[in-house]
Amino acid sequence: MPKYKQTEEIIKLMSNKLNVRNIGTLAHVDHGKTTLSDSLLAGAGLISQKIAAQALALDYVEIEQLRQMTVKAANVSLLHERNGQSYVINLVDTPGHVDFTGHVTRSLRVMDGGVCVVDSVEGIMTQTETVLRQGMDEKVRPLLYINKIDRLIKELRLSPQEVQDRLLKIIRDFNGLIESYADPEFKEKWKVNPNKGQVAFGSALHKWGFTLPIIAAKGMKFSDIIDAYNKGDIESLQKEFQLDVAILDMVVDHIPNPVDAQKYRIPKIWKGDINSTLGQAMINCDENGPLVICVNKVIVDPHAGPVTTGRVFSGTVHEGENIYGLMAKTEGRIQQVSLYMGPYREITPSMSAGNIVALLGLENIRAGETLVRPPDRASMSPFEKMKYISDPVVTMAIEPKFSRDLPRLIDALHKMAIEDPTLSVKINQETGEYLIAGMGSLHLEIALWDLQQRTGGIEITTTPPIVVYRESLTKALGPFEGKSPNKHNRLYVTVEPLNEQTIQLIQQGTIHEDMDTKERAKILREQAGWETDAARGIWAIDSYINVLVDATKGLQYMREIKDTLVQAFRLDVGEGPLAREPIRGMLVKITDATVHEDPAHRGPAQLMPAIRDAIFQGFLTASPILLEPIMKLDMKVPQDFLGGVTRIVAGKRGRVVSMDQVEQTMHLMAEIPVSETFDMSDQLRSATAGKAFWGTEFARWSSVPSSLFAETIRKIRERKGLSPEPPKPEEFMSM
Amino acid sequence: MGFGLGSLSFIGLGLYNEKGISIYGLERAKEADEVLLEGYTNMLPGLKIASLEKLLGKKVRVVDRKYLEDGKEILSSASKKDIALLVAGDPFVATTHVDLRMRAVKQGIPVEVVNAPSIISVAPGAVGLQNYKFGRSCTITFPMPYSDVPYDTLKLNRAAGLHTLFFLDLRTEEKHFMSVGEGIRLLMVMEHRRGEGIINKDLLLIGVARAGGPEQFVKAGRAQDLLSVDFGDPPHAIIVPGRLHFMEAEALVLFAGADKELVERNL
Repeated sequence: MPKYKQTEEIIKLMSNKLNVRNIGTLAHVDHGKTTLSDSLLAGAGLISQKIAAQALALDYVEIEQLRQMTVKAANVSLLHERNGQSYVINLVDTPGHVDFTGHVTRSLRVMDGGVCVVDSVEGIMTQTETVLRQGMDEKVRPLLYINKIDRLIKELRLSPQEVQDRLLKIIRDFNGLIESYADPEFKEKWKVNPNKGQVAFGSALHKWGFTLPIIAAKGMKFSDIIDAYNKGDIESLQKEFQLDVAILDMVVDHIPNPVDAQKYRIPKIWKGDINSTLGQAMINCDENGPLVICVNKVIVDPHAGPVTTGRVFSGTVHEGENIYGLMAKTEGRIQQVSLYMGPYREITPSMSAGNIVALLGLENIRAGETLVRPPDRASMSPFEKMKYISDPVVTMAIEPKFSRDLPRLIDALHKMAIEDPTLSVKINQETGEYLIAGMGSLHLEIALWDLQQRTGGIEITTTPPIVVYRESLTKALGPFEGKSPNKHNRLYVTVEPLNEQTIQLIQQGTIHEDMDTKERAKILREQAGWETDAARGIWAIDSYINVLVDATKGLQYMREIKDTLVQAFRLDVGEGPLAREPIRGMLVKITDATVHEDPAHRGPAQLMPAIRDAIFQGFLTASPILLEPIMKLDMKVPQDFLGGVTRIVAGKRGRVVSMDQVEQTMHLMAEIPVSETFDMSDQLRSATAGKAFWGTEFARWSSVPSSLFAETIRKIRERKGLSPEPPKPEEFMSM
Repeated sequence: MGFGLGSLSFIGLGLYNEKGISIYGLERAKEADEVLLEGYTNMLPGLKIASLEKLLGKKVRVVDRKYLEDGKEILSSASKKDIALLVAGDPFVATTHVDLRMRAVKQGIPVEVVNAPSIISVAPGAVGLQNYKFGRSCTITFPMPYSDVPYDTLKLNRAAGLHTLFFLDLRTEEKHFMSVGEGIRLLMVMEHRRGEGIINKDLLLIGVARAGGPEQFVKAGRAQDLLSVDFGDPPHAIIVPGRLHFMEAEALVLFAGADKELVERNL
């Protein structure tokens, strides 16, 4: 079997860092990157060329094949010959659907270059832009592959000149994005030039592709290709111009090797001390240095258990050694070191710096983790907290039809939550229902399908998707008093909205709870206008973006009650008083406290209601609002159907943000509340006779219009079995 | 009592069973329109509701923390009827019900307090220590959250040569009681955390179980040795003696089985 021979070769080559490339694909959904990945695999001889276009080897789960969309990132190692040298290309597959941005970010961290796949007909769309921007944030060098050239010729029947014009426009747009989003030092360096072989063209479906230097070397012109295609001579195109050669040549020539890449990438993607031993070892990609692995993905293999995949940034990892996870704060033993060959894992005794590795035997490790050897645990700072651009905005309750299936359901949900950190699985303590929350209705649809596959098709019942709201406030007020039920403890808090800069800093992960207090205070002071004292007094930063500050000075027992108050704060902001939806963007400052000296009289049962009453009294007094998720719709639609689309948008409380005409096609951008989007796909399809392309992504949280405020709250409360009216501030005031 | 306007009587039950109620308390409870039993701040090892109801000749309603802390219902009843609230120990030794009494007074409801023995007076007497030589007392609570207050209390009292009485956490609602051994272990954890040399394995301690009743059990000894002594059913308490008066030292040997040499080191 050639596969085994290749694996041996690849393992040997992987220790030659200069001949390693770590890349991934960057693309809009359906622009064809899975078919591209398969062409690359076919070229590496893993699967036969014929089935490559259908096999979609990178898609582990059947649903992804059905939807022609890669939901989960996987890694694969490929071998490529170029100018008499052998190269190892580690290909990190990234999902194109923006519902899964969390995956994308993690994939980007472990790759040095990205092949951006753009559909020649649709051009660069918002999602392409989003992914490209994220890529450049992580200092991933993008190259361009323009796919589906055949559609320009066959469907649009463009002349050779028109084809070239169309392609040049895409290249110009692409370079425009690099100009806008790349760091100043890379703005010029990273722009792509087709004459230098930095742009590939082709058809992944028909498995042919080329760069300008490749056709020039054969003494041909661009128009010769178009002629060949028009003559239907696809077979000779496939033979003469292999897509995998074009792409991998481009990657070898223009994506930096890990030694060069880590020099400038480490200071950007890792916030620790660059001059430390660990920092220097990563900068130099030193295979003899201390071991550092950044985990980009964990999947649960039904036989082997969790498979932890990540990049070795420094050192060499060996089978059987112990390793420590900085986020999980636990140690584990590596049972097996392996590498991916498509869906297959190959076992190897060790793996050195600069490569992507799969580890077996580690429980409790999640995507985003930093792994080091146990002695380095204190000196290593973890890779920055993962930046999530989206929040889960849609949720549904799920239960098995027969209670005997419950254990299987729970097991599958547990595994899914490990593999997809953007999918949240919770238990409603009161009803015992399992709740799953995701980035959009499509995300949940896929999750349900996945669940069916994993459980062997147990029958489940679900509630219709429910939109997740946020509660917030608009005024700064206080102090408000909260008394413990025994009345022996009094707490005083002020409440106010967090400013937009602070919300941004938290959302981007620039500031978080576990970081150095002084450093955090400095950032908040300089970038968000905080006072030093308040910034240094931060006790908690909640994941719904709320902050608790201890603004008291020298009070007795504050240290002892801190944990209880923080715990209470987290619970309270998780279920606000308006409709028991999470609170977003609230700053709570504890300004004063009088607590009983005997710990028996100030336990959690006393202090938790005290701080809750103070916070909720303040919150309800400070002109509360309800926030709803807004979705961005990015659509290309023939002009004739535009009227129908804008009517649908308007009927859904939507707003057209922009409209551009590109030849006969309108490019429409609109914003629509998520609560109105559940039947939108069907409506749009019928209104456009299926001739529109569109994508959706989470845009932002926005205040529910005052005309709908009371009604929306009433509906949520009734659904949750609460009294229809939200409580009044007085109800949190004790006598 | 009053002029048909209702009243609220806090009546102590002492430390063992229904028979710890005073004759006056018993009369007041019998006269009351409604009798409530507070069942969460303490527990009486020998109390049976049925026997109590038989003694009073009427139904007794057990009320929980929420009911009393909220207080609205009991105060509203007490403004129209005579309510007797039976409380373990002496009603106002623990600070728990002060708020209820203050609210009653503010609302013009006549309040009466009928006292009974408390652990505060019973525990010292049980082991022969003199009440005026006690310093501050304090509760050792179950950890999470941790509190260092017991440690600081002990430190202050010992510096002044005073005895320290520790109440041990009692979560009747969760049926979770702290034993003498658990209390000592927590004190040692505090020592480990603070490291100021206040507690060591040779420290003289007294474990007190079911004080003030026929099943009372007391035992003095080194911290290390008491860790493994089974004190039986709750409630428990711990006393850490300060400097001993010679009468106290002798009493500890006689009443609490203390080792003579150990006691003499604390004179």
